[in-house]
Amino acid sequence: MINRRDFLKNTVKGIVGVTLPLAAFEIIDPKKLFADKSDKADVRYVFLVDTLKCVGCGMCVRACKLENDVPYDAKVTRTWVERYVLTKDGKVWSDSPKGARDGFTTSKIDLNADGFKDIKNEDIEKAFFVPKLCNQCENPPCVQVCPVGATYQMPNGIVLVDRTWCIGCGYCIMACPYGVRFFHPVYHTAEKCTFCYHRISKGLKTACVQACPFGARQLGNIKDPNDPVTKVIMTERVGVLKAEYGTKPQVYYIGLSKEVE
Amino acid sequence: MKSHVLRPLWVFLGLVVIILVVRLFYVPGDFGIWERGYMYGWHRKGSEEFWKNYKVKYRGSEYCKDCHSENYSKLMQSPHAIIPCEDCHSPAIDHPENPPKLEINKSRDLCLRCHYPLPYPTSGRANIPPVDPDKHNPGIECVMCHNPHNPLEGLK
Repeated sequence: MINRRDFLKNTVKGIVGVTLPLAAFEIIDPKKLFADKSDKADVRYVFLVDTLKCVGCGMCVRACKLENDVPYDAKVTRTWVERYVLTKDGKVWSDSPKGARDGFTTSKIDLNADGFKDIKNEDIEKAFFVPKLCNQCENPPCVQVCPVGATYQMPNGIVLVDRTWCIGCGYCIMACPYGVRFFHPVYHTAEKCTFCYHRISKGLKTACVQACPFGARQLGNIKDPNDPVTKVIMTERVGVLKAEYGTKPQVYYIGLSKEVE
Repeated sequence: MKSHVLRPLWVFLGLVVIILVVRLFYVPGDFGIWERGYMYGWHRKGSEEFWKNYKVKYRGSEYCKDCHSENYSKLMQSPHAIIPCEDCHSPAIDHPENPPKLEINKSRDLCLRCHYPLPYPTSGRANIPPVDPDKHNPGIECVMCHNPHNPLEGLK
């Protein structure tokens, strides 16, 4: 039979035991802390797109395809440009024929199976172009879902795919809220924008940044306070796509509009 | 302990050991989990080199400057100076070794990428001189009359 004294003692012990976090029992390893500090990469690549400057020439898309050997005539691309036309009656029209590989050389909006929609200039309220590419998310859902660990995030933030290890299950393609992943028609593995890692690691600009005549695209290092891109992101009004997904996308847009998905 | 009841257990444990041994040899050594755990921590160190060593194809206008200085300096003084050489002349790769001759895009569609009239407000496109391809000498290449390296120099 339990007496009152033992009951109270055990209750206190129980409460303390339950509320103590596991971490309280972990012995702090100074080596681990040191490694943590020195391990921090001093580069974290980010991208800045100025939609006010973009004219929709599509040179970035062409350059990306040729630079990264993405089959030119296949309906896949690592980057693309979307056109948004908002009419005075409140409707939103958008298209991206061939990912804007050949630019926008007609005023007709390509509605795929629904044909073309020609909008008169006087009916347009707002119209603009939005280049899209991989957001190199801080919390990449594509990495999270890979069942074989074939896709990974480097310390500099770039998410890459290991073609030798990818089994082509397509989970990452479904998981990406931005739709930037696709199957490579030749290698049959998941494919995505790499921020032209082979170029930027040699100090070059990405192919799309280099091909853009208007400076609408820029690559930066958010950990460098003197980087012009960092300065813009920190001091000007920039937006990201689908922030509500919690992926922490790292492609920032100037002049983003709520209609852009 | 000898018991027919336990026999399946030994078989099961044997299978587990075999799978672990196979895994030890099959999974590459660089495969691991970073501090972000099984959620975001995958990494394939060996694959980083593959992407790093990818062939660079676009070399930039600086690469063209020395041999094609005449066209380069002409271009630099024109409103087209913002356009990189390779946008129209295709990527240099290892030119002049490979390819010895670059493919030049002289099509009307190339010029129309920027000059097709799309007077979109809040887009840079509205500020580019528009050319209506249906009314302005249809069927003729733009470069027949205009010099792309200096469009303001006058007609050829």
